[in-house]
Amino acid sequence: MAKLNMVQAINLALHEEMEKDPSVVVMGEDVGVDGGVFRVTEGLLNKFGSDRVIDTPLAESGIVGTAIGMAVSGLKPVAEIQFEGFSYMTIDQLATHASRIRYRSRGTYHCPLVVRMPYGGGVRALEHHSEAVATFYIHIPGLKVVIPSTPYDAKGLLLSSIRDPDPVIFFEPKRLYRAFREEVPEGDYTVPLGEGKKLTEGNDVTVICWGAMVKVCQEAIEKVRDISVELIDLRTLSPLDENLIMDSVRKTGRCVVVHEEPRTLGLGAEIIARINEKAFLSLEAPVKRVTGYDIPVPLPKLEDYYLPDPEKVAQAIRETAGF
Amino acid sequence: MSVDWLQVLDAEGNVDKSLEPALDNKTLEKFYRTMVLTRLFDDKALKLQRQGRMLTFGSCLGHEGCQIGSAFALEPDDWFFPYFREHGVQIARGIPMKFIYIYWMGSEDANMNLPPKNFTVAIPVATQIPHAVGAAWAAKIRKQNIAVAVYLGDGATSEGDFHEGMNFAGVFKTPTVFICENNQYAISLPREKQTASQTLAQKALAYGFEGIQVDGNDALAVYSATKAALQKAKSGGGPTLIECFTYRLGAHTTSDDPTKYRQNAEVEEWRKKDPIKRFRLYLEKKGIWNQSYEDNLVKDCTAEVEKAVEEAEAYAPVVENMFKYVYAEITPGLKEQMDELQSFIAKRKEG
Repeated sequence: MAKLNMVQAINLALHEEMEKDPSVVVMGEDVGVDGGVFRVTEGLLNKFGSDRVIDTPLAESGIVGTAIGMAVSGLKPVAEIQFEGFSYMTIDQLATHASRIRYRSRGTYHCPLVVRMPYGGGVRALEHHSEAVATFYIHIPGLKVVIPSTPYDAKGLLLSSIRDPDPVIFFEPKRLYRAFREEVPEGDYTVPLGEGKKLTEGNDVTVICWGAMVKVCQEAIEKVRDISVELIDLRTLSPLDENLIMDSVRKTGRCVVVHEEPRTLGLGAEIIARINEKAFLSLEAPVKRVTGYDIPVPLPKLEDYYLPDPEKVAQAIRETAGF
Repeated sequence: MSVDWLQVLDAEGNVDKSLEPALDNKTLEKFYRTMVLTRLFDDKALKLQRQGRMLTFGSCLGHEGCQIGSAFALEPDDWFFPYFREHGVQIARGIPMKFIYIYWMGSEDANMNLPPKNFTVAIPVATQIPHAVGAAWAAKIRKQNIAVAVYLGDGATSEGDFHEGMNFAGVFKTPTVFICENNQYAISLPREKQTASQTLAQKALAYGFEGIQVDGNDALAVYSATKAALQKAKSGGGPTLIECFTYRLGAHTTSDDPTKYRQNAEVEEWRKKDPIKRFRLYLEKKGIWNQSYEDNLVKDCTAEVEKAVEEAEAYAPVVENMFKYVYAEITPGLKEQMDELQSFIAKRKEG
């Protein structure tokens, strides 16, 4: 079995699924000849040709809008938006159409579309290239939102997303694209949508995170070895794996939610609201949040202050455990 | 590079023999009947709205020539992507009027019964254009010999999605026919304030394909132009933009008062160019139409409309459907919300 980084794992998933299912097409800016600006789609054009690996004009709404037309008429488009900071142009098509085609047509039509996009900070990038924007998409009923944190999960989740009959927004933490390698099997396996994963068993504090924050939280746990932490990687942000969260919080009575997105109305807020509704009497401490601040993501000189880091998370775990 | 103008029937129903499409009498009668039916459907909808029995409704009065002429050029296997004023195309495409009424009375359940290749109504202006280009592109990739018709108004040509859709269509030579019903106003904004372009059709030239201007009140001209564009699309010639030059004789919607932004005299001038009147005169000259023909036709069509309204009003929407069709499989969170609403409804019923 090969050890792959996340870029290679996603690339492998695309190769295998395009091989298997002739209705899958890949489209976006620079995804063909160039293989994508992060090289995620490298090699696909040579193998599958320009009918199935399409270099589109530079137009985000056009990419998603035409992909919707393809999806309702029998193809399974996997559209790439080059950077999350340019994804706002897609929200119109996703919110007004992709997410509601099944609903509006009462099942006559549906929209099996995947929109992939790199997201997040910590890569010393220009303005609009370091955002965490999942919140916008989580708030749109009818979309599913997925963020992998490992190469293995990236492949399995992408295969599930492509096969899902509804539109899926697939965020790729660019900071983890080449951060590490792990064994990624060739051939078919899937990681189901809507299921998070418990990464460590613990009794004192539940820590909930996803995407690039998983590694940050893993490093934080190393700093608080006297505290028994149960670490949860949500993997799918919509729909939420509520049972996994509640079972853990009912056991530990303490919880910290960590996300890169700005704090206000971030998914942390929703998680805490649901804990209030379903596990209030199990709580031993207020649920804490470690998040991006409610400011535009700063340029790299100040970026490190913005992002949750292992020290900030470790401090939150200590405070919650000692409350 | 230039834009052609096509008219087959003038306002008095005189036909240009050199351009007259080869349609048998039966087909011409079908055109006329569908135009009359559409007008009665539309008129009934306006009356129902005034009585509080319909949602806000965008009348297609005056658009019957563009809509029926183009719709009958399409094959059942060609896709149809509407905007919100396409009642005539929907009727011509065989969508039962009952379901069109159910939708505009306020239930998505109507769309459960859409025949294949007829997409749902797009309310946000121009957003349907990229879908049509994508569907045409998919047909091309899958080597299906079909074309896609997408309908839009003059206002839509200012939207970004018009630009992006047209541009993609030109680059990828998709079999798309853009049918722009230029009715001279986008709510209150007159056509000349929408764009400084001399015609809307010429916009196609910038995207590398043909644009043609057609008398939109002339169902035969619209039919011929659409037929030619569809044939071109299916034989690999790429997209076409057809600007149907017409006029919205009614208000933008039932929420609009057009006296605020246009003169009655202008409306009266356009009434003389009525698409149904000129088709009737054409049929009369051909010896098909007479007053008793008209009386029987109106009687039949009125009965059809009344029956559709009756059936539509008898339809009771299903609460469960609000939750059931968000995803292929209901999520646990939505199931919980559905149960919450249903137990609330049950409790309220108990009083």
